[in-house]
Order: sequence, then C-alpha cells, then structure tokens
Amino acid sequence: MARATTTRRKALMTALGWGVAFVIFFPILWTFLTSFKTEAEAVTTPPKFLFFDWTLANYHEVNSRSNYMRFAMNSVIIAFGSTLLGLLVAIPAAWAMAFSPTKRTKDLLMWMLSTKMMPAVGVLIPIYILFRDFRLLDTHFGMVLVMTLINLPIIVWMLYTYFKEIPAPILEAARMDGATLRQEIVDVLAPMAVPGIASTVLLNVILAWNEAFWTLNLTTTKAAPLTAFIASYSSPEGLFWAKLSAASTMAIAPIVLLGWFSQKQLVRGLTFGAVK
Amino acid sequence: MSRMTSRFAACSALAIMMGAGGAFAQTTTVTIATVNNGDMIRMQKLADDFAAKHPDIKLEWVTLEENMLRQRVTTDIAAKGGQYDVMTIGTYEAPIWAERGWLLALDKLGEDYDAEDILPSIRSSVSRDGVLYAAPFYGESSMVMYRKDLMEKAGLTMPEAPTWEFVGQAARAMTDKPNEIYGICLRGKAGWGENMALLSAMANSFGGRWFDMDWKPQFDAKPWKDTLTFYLDLMKDAGPPGASSNGFNENLALFQTGKCGMWIDATVAASFVTNPAESKVADQVGFALAPDNGLGKRGNWLWAWNLAVPAGSQKSEAAQKFISWATSKDYLNLVAERDGWANVPPGTRASLYENPAYLEAAPFAQMTLDSINAADPTNSAVEPTPYVGVQFVAIPEFQAIGTTVGQQFAAALAGQTTADQALQNAQRAVEREMRRAGYPK
Amino acid sequence: MATTHTRTAARWMAAPSILLLFMWMIVPLGMTVYFSFLHYNLLSPGEESWAGLMNYEFFVTDPAFKDAVFNTLYLVLGVLLITTVGGTLLALLLDQPFWGQGVARLMVIAPFFVMPTVSALVWKNMLMHPVNGLFAWIARTLGFQPVDWLGAYPLTSITIIVAWQWLPFATLILLTALQSLDQEQKEAAEMDGAGAFSIFRHITLPHLSRALTVVVLIETIFLLNVFAEILVTTNGGPGTASTNLGFLIYMQGLLQFDAGGASAGGVIAVILANVVAFFLIRAIGKNLEA
Repeated sequence: MARATTTRRKALMTALGWGVAFVIFFPILWTFLTSFKTEAEAVTTPPKFLFFDWTLANYHEVNSRSNYMRFAMNSVIIAFGSTLLGLLVAIPAAWAMAFSPTKRTKDLLMWMLSTKMMPAVGVLIPIYILFRDFRLLDTHFGMVLVMTLINLPIIVWMLYTYFKEIPAPILEAARMDGATLRQEIVDVLAPMAVPGIASTVLLNVILAWNEAFWTLNLTTTKAAPLTAFIASYSSPEGLFWAKLSAASTMAIAPIVLLGWFSQKQLVRGLTFGAVK
Repeated sequence: MSRMTSRFAACSALAIMMGAGGAFAQTTTVTIATVNNGDMIRMQKLADDFAAKHPDIKLEWVTLEENMLRQRVTTDIAAKGGQYDVMTIGTYEAPIWAERGWLLALDKLGEDYDAEDILPSIRSSVSRDGVLYAAPFYGESSMVMYRKDLMEKAGLTMPEAPTWEFVGQAARAMTDKPNEIYGICLRGKAGWGENMALLSAMANSFGGRWFDMDWKPQFDAKPWKDTLTFYLDLMKDAGPPGASSNGFNENLALFQTGKCGMWIDATVAASFVTNPAESKVADQVGFALAPDNGLGKRGNWLWAWNLAVPAGSQKSEAAQKFISWATSKDYLNLVAERDGWANVPPGTRASLYENPAYLEAAPFAQMTLDSINAADPTNSAVEPTPYVGVQFVAIPEFQAIGTTVGQQFAAALAGQTTADQALQNAQRAVEREMRRAGYPK
Repeated sequence: MATTHTRTAARWMAAPSILLLFMWMIVPLGMTVYFSFLHYNLLSPGEESWAGLMNYEFFVTDPAFKDAVFNTLYLVLGVLLITTVGGTLLALLLDQPFWGQGVARLMVIAPFFVMPTVSALVWKNMLMHPVNGLFAWIARTLGFQPVDWLGAYPLTSITIIVAWQWLPFATLILLTALQSLDQEQKEAAEMDGAGAFSIFRHITLPHLSRALTVVVLIETIFLLNVFAEILVTTNGGPGTASTNLGFLIYMQGLLQFDAGGASAGGVIAVILANVVAFFLIRAIGKNLEA
C-alpha cells in the first residue's frame, strides 16, 4: 500500500518535474531546433517542431559572415584570464579577511559589493578616455582587467565564505608544527579550499562570458568576444529567424556545455555561505 | 586543479601574446564599422574581390545594428579612440563631422572614380566646399511599396502619385486581420532615424515643419496634429500588432512574409522585396511615389549611407583604396555579375540609371530616381525653415530631440498616451532642450 | 589569537584587492563628478564650459527621470518576487525524488548560462513577437487576439525575461540549502501530525531564510544594472515605459552624446544605488552574520 502511494507520488512528481523543466528549458530548445530550419520554415504557421528538413545552411551562413572561432577564442581568453587574475588578487584578500578579521571586515566586504552597483553606463565615457590614453581599447589585457575588476567583489566574497568554513584549529595546528605562511596556504588551506575555488572559477567564467556592456563598448575586432558576435545579428534583416537561432546557439553552446558538465562543482559551491 | 590552473594561465598568456603579435604583421589591417543592412552584408561577402586586388590590405569588419553602430562610431570619433579606419555614416553626420574637422577629405579615390557621376542631391549632402568627405555607398528616398494582388482584390488601383487620403482608404480596404494581412506597415520604433524619419517627412507633406524661423518648435501647430492623428488612426485600423517596435528591418520582414498590403519606406527595400530568394511576395510588388496632400510637398525623405575615414587615421591610404573599391562603378558591376543587377546598391550614381541592363532588371529604378530627385534638403517644408534636412534637422542636438519626440510618438502608437498628450510632451521637451542648447543661435 | 605578524601580513594580502577596487571606483567616479558640472557634448569637443548644477537640474526635472526610478524599482522587485517564490517552489519540486531528476535539473539551470543579449533576442523574436512569435501562434490557435508583449506590457515583458534568467540561480541556491535540511526534524514533525504546509511554514522556510537573503542580495546587485535586455528588446520604450535609470543615462550619454547630463545622471544613480545598498545591508545583513 505504502509502496503504491510512493510510486504514484513519484510518477506524479516525475510528470510535474519534467513539465516544469520543459517549460523553463523551452526557449533554448526552440532556438536550437529553429537553427536547423530554413528561413521559410522558421516562420511557418503552425510551427514545425521536429519534422522539417534539417539543414546546416544557417551555420554556414553565419560562419561565412563572422569569424566565429576568433570571437569564441576571445571569449575564452577574457573569461578565463579575468577569472585567473581575479583569483590571484582575491585569494590573499579573502584569506586575510577570513582568518584575521577586523571590526571593519564586514563593512569592507559590503563596500566591495556596493562598487558593483555603480551603473556602468555612467562611467563609460571616462573609462573610454582612460582606455584610449593607456592604449587598452580592443586589447585582451584591457578586457581581462575590466572583467576582473567588475567581478572581483563576487570572487572575494565567495572565497571568503568558503575560507571561513575551514576550521581554524587545523591551521593553528599547522602553525604549531612550524609551517610558514606560504606552507600554510599551499599545503593546508589550498586542498581544503579547492571545491570552493572551483565553483568560484565556474561562476566567474559564466559571468565574464555573458557580460555584454563593457565587452561591447571597449572592443572592436581583435579582442571582441561572443557578445559582440551576437550583436551583429541583433536586428532583423528580412527573414532572419533561423540565422539568429544559429548565431545564438553558437554563442551560448560553449558556456552551456561547460555549465552542464561542471554542474556538480558549481552547485556544490554556489552557496555564498548560505548553507551552514 | 592547480596544474590545470597553471595550464590555463600558460594558454591564455600565450594567446594574449599571439594576439599582440598579430598587430605587427606586414599587411595593413583596415577596420570597417558598418550597419547590418542587406547591402552592407553583401559588400562583406564580396570582399574577396577586394582581397584579390589588394593582397597587402586585410579587412576587419564590425557589423552592428544602426543605433549601436552610431553610438560606437560617434563615441570613438569624438573621443579620438582611433578604433576604426572606415566608418559608415549617414547624411546627417557627414556635414556636422566634416565641419568639426573629424573627417578626412577623400582625395585619393583614384583617377577613374568619377565623383561627378554621383547624383547631385546626394553628392552635395556629403561634400563641403565642393570636397567629398564621405563616399555614398547607397542612397535612398522613400516611396510606397504595395501588393498588386491585394490591391486588386480590394478593387482599387494605385495611382503613380497617390494622396494620403487614397493610401488611408486602400490600407483599410486591404486589411484582413484574421488572415494576418495588415493594410499598411509603417515605422513605429522610436528613434530619430526610425519613426521620426517617416513622421518628419510625412509632416512636410501635411504642411508641418520642425522649427519656425525663430527656432521655435512647431508641435503645437495644426499640421503636426493632423499628421499624428492621421498616422495613429491609420495604424490602429490597418497596421500590424506591435507596430511600436517596428523599424525598417522589422517591417521588411513583415512585408517579405506577405503580411503587409502597403509599406512606405526606403527605396532601397525595393530590391529586397522583389528578390524571390528572400521574399514570398516577390512577383506581386508595385511601386508608387510617397503620398502627398496637395500642398506641393511629398512625404519622402533623402538619405544615404556613406563611407568615411576619420581624420588622423594611420591607414588613410588603404582606407581610401577600400572606399574607392566599394563605391565605384566597378563595384556595381561586380554585384551585378555575382548577384544580378537588381541587387546593386542603388541611388548613388547617375550612370546606373542610364544602364539598360539595370533598368530592365530593376522595375523600381525609375521610381527610386524620381523619389530621390523629388527630395530637397534645403527646402523641405511648405513653409520656410531655418534648417537643412528633409527628415532630420542638421544640428548636433537633433539626435537628442529627435529621439525624445520619437519616443513620445511611439508611446502614442502603443496606446499609452493620446496624440494630444504626445504632441504636448514633444513640444515641451524640444523647447527645453533648445533652451538648454542656447537657441536661437 | 592571531599574532601581529599575521595581522600585518593579512593587511598586505588584502591590500591589492582593495586598492584595485578603490581605483576602479574613484578614478572614473571622480571624472564623472567633474564632467557632471560641465556643459559637455561629445559632438562639440573643445566647447566645454562650467555648468554649475544645471545638468543635475535638467536630469532630475526630466519627466523621464521619475519614470526611470519607478521602472528600476519595478524591475528589481518584480524579478526578486518571481525568482524567490518561483525558486522556492522549484527547489521544493526538484528536491523530491523522481525519474530523470538529474536531466530535469540540467534543463532548469540552463537559462543561467545564456548571455542576456541572446536570451533577450530569443524572447523578443521567437516567443513574444506579435506576428511570428510562438506565443502569438498559441494565442491564435486558442482563438485569442495575439498580445503585443513588448508594445503593450514592455516592463512586465522585460521582467519576465530577466526573471527567466535568474530563476535557475535562485533555484540552485535554495535547492542546496534544502538539501542540508535536517530530515529527522521534518519526520518528527510529521509524526506529530503536522501538515505539509505547516512543515513548510515552520521548518523549511526558516531554514531557507539565509539562502533567500543571499539570493536577494546578489540579484539586487545585478538587477539594478539591467541593460542589455532593455537595449535589445524595447530600447526603453514605447515612450519611457521601460527605461530604467541605467538606460536613461545611456540614452543621455551615448545616444544623445550629452556627456555632462549623463554624468550628472551617473552621479545620481550612484547615490541612489548606495542608498539601496545601505538599506539592503541594514535590513538583511544581519542574516548573513555567521
């Protein structure tokens, strides 16, 4: 009897869970499907879901128009470069805040977060002028720098919450054994912090990959990432639904796949200290 | 993990160095900023011809939507960012920028470029003291495009030079909403180059103008009220849903998919709507002059997209070589050879309109030429104006006020304000901005 | 506990981050403040002149300003409401065992990885488009008039799009929190005859409060600056119906090239953001104390 209810309940939950998941996922699925249609089929009514002539023509078209690989490579460089640079700066800071907190640590953290609330558009012109003077416009380094700066508060905060969960006695024991500061970090802290760092990396790669204001305004060609690639498809050119879908799929595929494959890592760490 | 991290570091460092290394290569790289309109995308596809002729010049393309493009290139040229070697600019920017000394005089376009061949009204709008500062890539006016089959079904005949009254009547007769046929598609998306291009030109034919001779805005005068009321009523009865977010490209898509009975827009659209590869209604399209109201002015505008080189460009020679290639007679031949005469970028060269092959392939050719010739930027309204420009006012402040007014009218189209309210808001906003900018100057 | 030695070391270790962020904040901000007192049109370089408070006066008395503040709040609160409520429900659902749970979870989190430009483009053109969109087709099939989403309900439509992107984030954090919920406590309550709702109300929800705080804080930071979604879908219109503060500044500065006015707007936005931050941190910061 009990088992029957559980099975029925499970069946119900399965239907509900899949139903909701399907609805949420639908826009992405629909884009993916449409990218394989011809332009005419993309706008036929009633819409065709699976039974159409699958074609790769849109992908060829998009590829012939834009150098996808370069855009994608730039996205990789900017996203990973800025995350690495961010880690480099943030790990010591988070370590310091977690293990020798002062009265002002919390305020400092909140101040860091508040810099993220600054509206980017308000400071674009000054930044553009500075970038021009330092010759950073349309360079990888310039973009890595900007992405690092805008994501730094999040990186510091995430790391801080992980580090704080590392039991201090272990560190003290290490210190008692005569470990230097460097050894303390490399041998004791790092291994315990790896899951936290991994999920910080993932979240920041995602955020940097998808950032669409600075990347659009400070790059032209050499350092332009996928957000700039998609911008050239952002207004219709006659019948363009299928081409738009193909370009969209190409722009998001790498990061969605990365997100899916590393889902467990990401989820494990994506708590911001919310789970005790 | 740490090993993986260091590998990432090494990879990205290497990639950064490679990226930097590319800049020192032997060939000259010319970066071109352009709009994602059909003709420019075709130019990009045909660039292999340029590459074959100039192996030492490498082209980099930045293709953006119109508003974004304008924002990017203006920021760059005003801040002297030097990111682009060739910029696509409109007839609005060209005189203002040339006056500020931001553009290079185009004096190295080559012996056989034949600038005299460029249509006079277009040429004068991109020249200053007889010197060319931007080379027209395509020129356009506006005209009526309509579906012959639907017109026939409605029992009407389109005259060559229709009145607004006829357009209104025909649009309502052609509309069949249950079958998604909308009698008329007009621009509704806010922007000085979007809905205001149509509405300003339309107001000219209703006897309206932007400013009187004292630079006082005229939205509180009757002609503007007539214009806006006519437009709103017509769109309500016979326009497509969501018209307030439709610009040129959106309407093009609607017309090509057979949802519009009539469409008053850029002449350059003619080749897209008659191209069977892109348009479902290619064989049913007819053309007529933009409508009038018997006041002596038609509601058609004048515009050209031009290629220009920012002053101070390090690569001006290569940039001019490219411009010469893209706006020459040979380019027209190249397009004709590859994609057929109907797809040639129109409205710039007089010789094109004497070419029998073109006239044969492009049924819209004469109508385009007549429309362009009918537009007079220096004398656009029925009453005298202190400004130059048909559908714009060639002052730097116009982008701001044009867009603000455009937003008000878009809001009225979306049903969020009334026509009176929108006009009142427009009047107040323009007065405010003009006062701030210190007019009358 | 910590020695002075490590304290000094700690200070040095934190210094680069703080210094970098401080520079990032203060240099552009300083320039923005300076510009905000100038008549400075990008199109008329060399004609800058002192404007006093005129830029501020114009920005604040602009009829669009009031709308923009309201729209900003509407957008932030609307998305927060949808994502916290929806995220809680979704987390509860995904916490139940069912077949293919792993795959369903992958599907649910996917929108978080999609870049805002793409999701806005997809929603605008493929779903909400009043003629060729899927919603219009559904409406017509059911015999209704298609809704012109972005024309008639611009702000609500954008709220929906943004909420779609942030729902997975809220769900993930809440789900992680749920999974750490003490099962014994729940079972004990069940034994006592507590209903599902009562368990949720008295056990689950308090347990989630900390996670909810985090969701609200992080999302607020990002939602105050929603930009790409507006740019791609409505361009702030029709009228100013979907212009938020950031977009208003963008229009002023980069569509109208009035750098002075935009800078004044930027300064005002920074002040407002700090006010929000202050209250937010006061209100929920307590919850974050370890």
